[in-house]
Amino acid sequence: MIYLELFFGFLKVGCFAFGGAYGAIPLIQDVVLEYNWLSREQLTYMIAVSESTPGPIMVNLATYIGSAQAGLPGSILATLAVILPSFLMILLISALMKTAIKNHYVQAVLQGLKPCIIGIILATGLYMSFDHCVAGQTLDVPAATLTALLAAGMMIFRKFFHKKLSPIGLILISAVLGMLAYGM
Amino acid sequence: MPILLDLFLTFAKTGLFTFGGGYAMIAVIENNCVEQKKWMTHDQMMNITVIAESTPGPIAINAATYAGFLRAGFPGAVAATVGIVLPSFVIIYIISMFLDNFLELPLIDNAFKGVKIAVGLLILDAGINMLQKTPKRLFTQAILIGSFAAVLCAHLFSLRFSSIALLFVSAVISLALFMVKGGDKK
Repeated sequence: MIYLELFFGFLKVGCFAFGGAYGAIPLIQDVVLEYNWLSREQLTYMIAVSESTPGPIMVNLATYIGSAQAGLPGSILATLAVILPSFLMILLISALMKTAIKNHYVQAVLQGLKPCIIGIILATGLYMSFDHCVAGQTLDVPAATLTALLAAGMMIFRKFFHKKLSPIGLILISAVLGMLAYGM
Repeated sequence: MPILLDLFLTFAKTGLFTFGGGYAMIAVIENNCVEQKKWMTHDQMMNITVIAESTPGPIAINAATYAGFLRAGFPGAVAATVGIVLPSFVIIYIISMFLDNFLELPLIDNAFKGVKIAVGLLILDAGINMLQKTPKRLFTQAILIGSFAAVLCAHLFSLRFSSIALLFVSAVISLALFMVKGGDKK
């Protein structure tokens, strides 16, 4: 039953996505690959589209996957499921005020969750970047060159402008480089 | 203007014009709700940022729900949350109808081969930023390295386990250690 799968899949993501959008990406990847909703490659494209359109990235991904799997009802269900846990939790916290967040047991749980999600994000990003640079057993030369160029670009930008290159900026540059590298 | 409509429109505007999610939105919400509309104080906005970071889910949703609730109770929370989600929902829904055809164009396909690389780097960069802000405590570092190694091994050797299970284990270990050390009495 695709509607139930979408709802519960994204409910899981909404419940455990600590650390904002980047924390959600590994979880969404788990759920999406488990149900075969998208291939790894399609998901990566969709992350880029979500970064380049307004609104929360997690919500954008839920809307897209819901729509691709089961049309308008699917996209509504997936979007609802991803925002429901945080909506309910904030209502609860607003009612109880911050005491719950300051509770030492809650803090102890959070101290375990935060480093764990950072480890997951780092491993996901590192593996993704590595995976793009190899094709089977050999080095994918154009992809590896692009990776090196973009990474160097990000570092140089930060050094000279003392702020980060915006994700949309990086995505646009990478799109142009992609057209040049693969189109010629 | 009725307060519910005002909440809805203000957050719809935020949802429509804020790219990059998360922290970019917090700044815009602060500007709208604290400085212009005076719906909440600066301190309340700081509180919501801390709460949003410690609860799961999109940070912008957390902030919208909280602001709406403060201003107009449960209906306010609903109006603000729907407001912030609706614009991107409509945009993505429209994109979803065309994306597959769009990707079949060779030029776009090549562009996305480049974009895919940028996405990997963006995720890695987000992880490195968070890493730099992590406290240098032995326990924190151990959990971080453990989850990093587990996920990397899972990818490299095509093992299947869920990140949620990993999060759950970390939370349990952290809680157990806290209780062993004397629980709430410190």
